[in-house]
Amino acid sequence: MIETRGLSKKYQDTLVVKDVNLQISKGGLTAIIGPNGAGKSTLLSMISRLTPMSAGSVEIDGLDVTRTPGSELAKRLSILRQHNESSLRLTVRDLVAFGRFPHSAGRLTAEDQQHIDEAIHYLELGDYQHRHLDQLSGGQRQRAYVAMVMCQDTEYVLLDEPLNNIDMRHAVGMMQLLRRAADEKGKTVVVVLHDINFASCYADHIIAMRAGQLAYQGTAEQIIRNDVLSDLYEIPMQVHELGGQRICVYFRHASKPSRIP
Amino acid sequence: MCLSRRGAVLLSLAALLAVLSMLGFMTLNVQSDWSFIIPYRGSRLLGMLLVAITMGLSTVVFQTITHNRILTPSLMGFDVLYVLVSSLALVLWGTEYGTSWPIELRFILEVAVMVVIALLLFRLLFTDSVRGLHMLILLGMVGGLLFRELADLALRVFDPSEFSIQQGSGMANFNRINLQLLWVGLLGVGVCSVLLFRWRRHLDVLSLGRDVAINLGVPYTKIVTQLMLVISVLVSISTALVGPMLFFGLLVANLAYWLTGSHQHRWTLPASVLAGVVCLVGGQVLFEHILSSSLPLAMVIELCGGVLFIALLLRGVKQ
Repeated sequence: MIETRGLSKKYQDTLVVKDVNLQISKGGLTAIIGPNGAGKSTLLSMISRLTPMSAGSVEIDGLDVTRTPGSELAKRLSILRQHNESSLRLTVRDLVAFGRFPHSAGRLTAEDQQHIDEAIHYLELGDYQHRHLDQLSGGQRQRAYVAMVMCQDTEYVLLDEPLNNIDMRHAVGMMQLLRRAADEKGKTVVVVLHDINFASCYADHIIAMRAGQLAYQGTAEQIIRNDVLSDLYEIPMQVHELGGQRICVYFRHASKPSRIP
Repeated sequence: MCLSRRGAVLLSLAALLAVLSMLGFMTLNVQSDWSFIIPYRGSRLLGMLLVAITMGLSTVVFQTITHNRILTPSLMGFDVLYVLVSSLALVLWGTEYGTSWPIELRFILEVAVMVVIALLLFRLLFTDSVRGLHMLILLGMVGGLLFRELADLALRVFDPSEFSIQQGSGMANFNRINLQLLWVGLLGVGVCSVLLFRWRRHLDVLSLGRDVAINLGVPYTKIVTQLMLVISVLVSISTALVGPMLFFGLLVANLAYWLTGSHQHRWTLPASVLAGVVCLVGGQVLFEHILSSSLPLAMVIELCGGVLFIALLLRGVKQ
């Protein structure tokens, strides 16, 4: 279980995350949603020890992230952020192999090679595995980094906007993959998502943030509702049931006439 | 995860060239007694080897930590910082300091001060927000100039005649290696090289960036601080032996990347040393014995490195 207590982050005088108390239980796919600047990414990077917190604490299975050795945490929790080095002279396979570092400290065993093959296969990177990272498209590179995190084989997998810069087909592929990781491998997946409909269609739990605070939290059914979402994003939103999926429609609304004369 | 065929061939060639250069340096144009030649040329060779090792290793590691192929410790003014520290030491303690203490002890003290200042500077420049590369180069250039001028000023105030002596050592010179520091330098280089080789796998992970390194369980702040400490010691040793060199590190590090075509430090670290040996010892043999030229080697190397620096900058601008 991931548990935060009174978690806050202050940059100079502005509080980006304010007193967040949160529990994410084991298993399933949890989406963090909210408008820009709500503190979603900061929350995720504090949970994963990438950003030091200003106040409060984070525990992963009872281990305090600031006090537990990094190598110990790296076997339990993995994190992938939005921006990663792209100019490395590194093949996809080399990058994925780095995912085994917490387990084998750079000396790859036969078991490690098996994990690497599996992760490459899982993300359909077989055809590119010997290509260099700087020869790939943005989407392929993103998948290579996700493969590295999958290869790390941790109980908790945290991803910050993994759908950025990838097209619809690969976005759907990515979410299906994360869903499978949760369902088949029993991983606890936490993703920051911008597209509310992906959250609606794939997430078990949704955490909604606004202005650095926890605004709503609950199952997808509890959060994907007209009143909750309209309040969260401050625009009228309508949830429709289409083919068994709850889809939010917000792209154009008649309630506010446009001001252009 | 092994070296490509091209990399293996090039690296072996570089190793062969390095060995030939060393042999040539020791044996060409021997006109006097071997019992004189071996300690005389041997100590100079050892000095040059130490410079090749320090410059190669410190630059490759610095570039790994800062994720770029243009910035080097020299470009950030680390070597001139050492010159400043040793000049200030000379001024503060006066001539007494110069005579009563053994030179090795003075050197170790100066390195200690230098390490502390370098760590503080590094913290200031590289933590929190990573600034633009061009901003850092500019800061480094300005810092280097400032340190150099301060060192000059300190010495001029201290003793005008001493100043003229010290000024001669402001530029690298391989004909006047500071042989008194050879053994303490050898010790320092030995310890640092062993440490870096033991951290080679961590260095590989560090090249992926801070976030990925922390994710993979590398104690980032701790290891980067330790690496900066090692870099400062290496730069101090090199500067104390031959004086500051602005572009030599840049040259050998980029040669090492080109030779190996690999990201792995188990290859790039030794390759940078081999490239440095070929440039320094091979260059010295070429100039001294084959061309019989009095052209200062340091200047030629700096010229090549400078051209490479401009080329790298221009390519960076294009991208």
